[in-house]
Amino acid sequence: MNDLIKKLVEIPGPSGYEDKIRAAVQEEIQDFADEIRVDALGNLIARKGKKQANGMRIMISAHIDEIGLMVTHVDANGFVRFIGIGGINPLTCLGGRVLFMNGVRGVIGIEKLEGKEIPTLDKLFIDVGATSQENCPVGVGDVCGFERPFMALGDRLVAKSMDDRIAAVVSIETMRALKKSPHEVYFVFSVQEEVGLRGAITAAYGVDPDLGLAVDVTRSGDTPKTIKMETALGKGPAIKVRDASFIADPRVVNWMVNTAKSEGIPYQMEVLEAGGTDGRAIQLTRAGVPAGCLSIACRYIHSPSEMVDANDVKNAVKLLTALLSKEVLLA
Amino acid sequence: MAKDENNNMSIEITQEQIDLLERLCNAMAVSGDEQEVRQIVLDELKPLELDTKVDALGNVLVTRRGSDKNRVRVMIAAHMDEIGFMLVDDEEGGLFEFVAIGGIDERQLVGKSVIVGKDHLPGVIGAKPIHMTTPEERKTALKLDQMRIDMGLDIGKKVKPSDRATFATQFAQIGPSIRAKALDDRLGVVNLLTLIKHAPENIDLLAAFTTQEEVGLRGAGVAAYHFDPQIGIALDSTPANDLPAWDVDEENTRYNTKLDHGPAIYLMDAATIADRRLVDWLVSSAEAAHIPWQFRQPNLGGTDAGAIHKVREGVPSVSVSVPQRYIHTAAGLIRLEDWANTLRLLHTALGRLTPEILNR
Repeated sequence: MNDLIKKLVEIPGPSGYEDKIRAAVQEEIQDFADEIRVDALGNLIARKGKKQANGMRIMISAHIDEIGLMVTHVDANGFVRFIGIGGINPLTCLGGRVLFMNGVRGVIGIEKLEGKEIPTLDKLFIDVGATSQENCPVGVGDVCGFERPFMALGDRLVAKSMDDRIAAVVSIETMRALKKSPHEVYFVFSVQEEVGLRGAITAAYGVDPDLGLAVDVTRSGDTPKTIKMETALGKGPAIKVRDASFIADPRVVNWMVNTAKSEGIPYQMEVLEAGGTDGRAIQLTRAGVPAGCLSIACRYIHSPSEMVDANDVKNAVKLLTALLSKEVLLA
Repeated sequence: MAKDENNNMSIEITQEQIDLLERLCNAMAVSGDEQEVRQIVLDELKPLELDTKVDALGNVLVTRRGSDKNRVRVMIAAHMDEIGFMLVDDEEGGLFEFVAIGGIDERQLVGKSVIVGKDHLPGVIGAKPIHMTTPEERKTALKLDQMRIDMGLDIGKKVKPSDRATFATQFAQIGPSIRAKALDDRLGVVNLLTLIKHAPENIDLLAAFTTQEEVGLRGAGVAAYHFDPQIGIALDSTPANDLPAWDVDEENTRYNTKLDHGPAIYLMDAATIADRRLVDWLVSSAEAAHIPWQFRQPNLGGTDAGAIHKVREGVPSVSVSVPQRYIHTAAGLIRLEDWANTLRLLHTALGRLTPEILNR
């Protein structure tokens, strides 16, 4: 599984520029999907199965876009100014390396700060090694993601874009493992989540599911002097109760908990005070959809070195497969 | 219409269009009550006898079908509403407390002339004369709730809380420039009317004159739901912060757009990431027809495209704007040539549109 994770996390693909990552995912799922289509905004939608009498139409959404940067200006000396795509913390940019969609690489520098000033995005710039506006190989509108190689520290896996490529891996592995199901499952690999769940909004409208689950990373409370949160790496896939964007349907939460219990799969509950996921977009579609979210606990989210636990990922696949294999009883 | 050196139908800005823009800019249509502008739009459309309707939110929706096979269904939106004010409390003596509608910088309101209500009655946002202020007082900008619209005793009796108001600026052509209020987005409105009148045959032009853009892109989403288009284009106006930086050695890196550099094509704003295939289509159309163009710097802000692209199963969308200095103030400034080039770009690009553009 590490090979697949490495392959997907290292592909550049910020919101709105998902062509490369979508192609890579499509290649992985070709043989496991009954039907594949790409919708108007670029969501990859793969159907598996047909709805039986005791089945539902279920949408599973993992987003393939990542946070990144877009060029706003190239100055007279070839330094590149930018704006963030999605939530960018300036502190995680300092000294960082970027990879543009056109293959150019660069380093992030910063202006001199006065006194106790904290860095802001407008004080940063990218140095691609150019010396003038004319010889700079990137221009206004060019897009880059952060560049860091995947690494495995035993069971702890580190890369940029674990948010949310690790969930794409969970979806892919679930498609592979899912043998028998009463449900018609739409595995959506959604676009533009980081800028406002935009792909999931339109994908959910098109799929029009009876039930939906987002798969995404969530924060953890297990590093020094961090937020108070029970969720931790290694305690199992997390069942989201709420985040700042939506409240998971309690019936969906119960279904997830009961399935984990009866299958003997480790799990933990997740209460996130901040954040948002595709779950909200699904829940508010058309006349409303019962929705929840399966989360992977992750440290250092939205930094170039996000860390998850390999066992949490494997158990997430087990849990998602179990959830989709049997009739859904929402109570 | 003449044909230009590329043998394309050439679009010029005529005196008739300047007069139409003048009427549109001087009209008052603050978000939520766009009737005055809607009437001008409907009057302009009447002789064309096209499929026209006014929907529940007051959007004017016009369908101009082409005649070619394999037409592309293109929705183009221009918003009829402008930022302004609403009277909220009558304090007697002709003084009214008011609120802002849409994004207005409070600091540039004091001392401005306004027009109020359907009859455009004159008022002023009162300011204390300098003789009566202290230097200390002058350091802080007044807050909106400290200001009042003064209508005078007589006229004050003819207006009431809930009446809308806007800047009293009258349209003026000044050499190569136009100075007016509400160029955002009456420029879009006049351009959309022109595009309808000269629409090419390879598209079904689904024109939406939208309402309530300034308060949250509200009309556009509803209009897009109705049209269910294949492509969305928002026509708007955008800031040109292109005056030189105070320090002559410092480069102005955050101009957003520049006057005299042509129509501004959007890459990304706070509401939309433009579909790159549409950006490339507009750029290549401009290059092929030798029309000056610029990118709008990726930045905050939003256009009707923000609502259009998320409707139903999604609509690939892009925005094109006329650069404007001092946007969202009493007096904005644009260049006639930028206006003309924006119209030329849209007209040329639409004529080159084929269904293949949406191939991946």
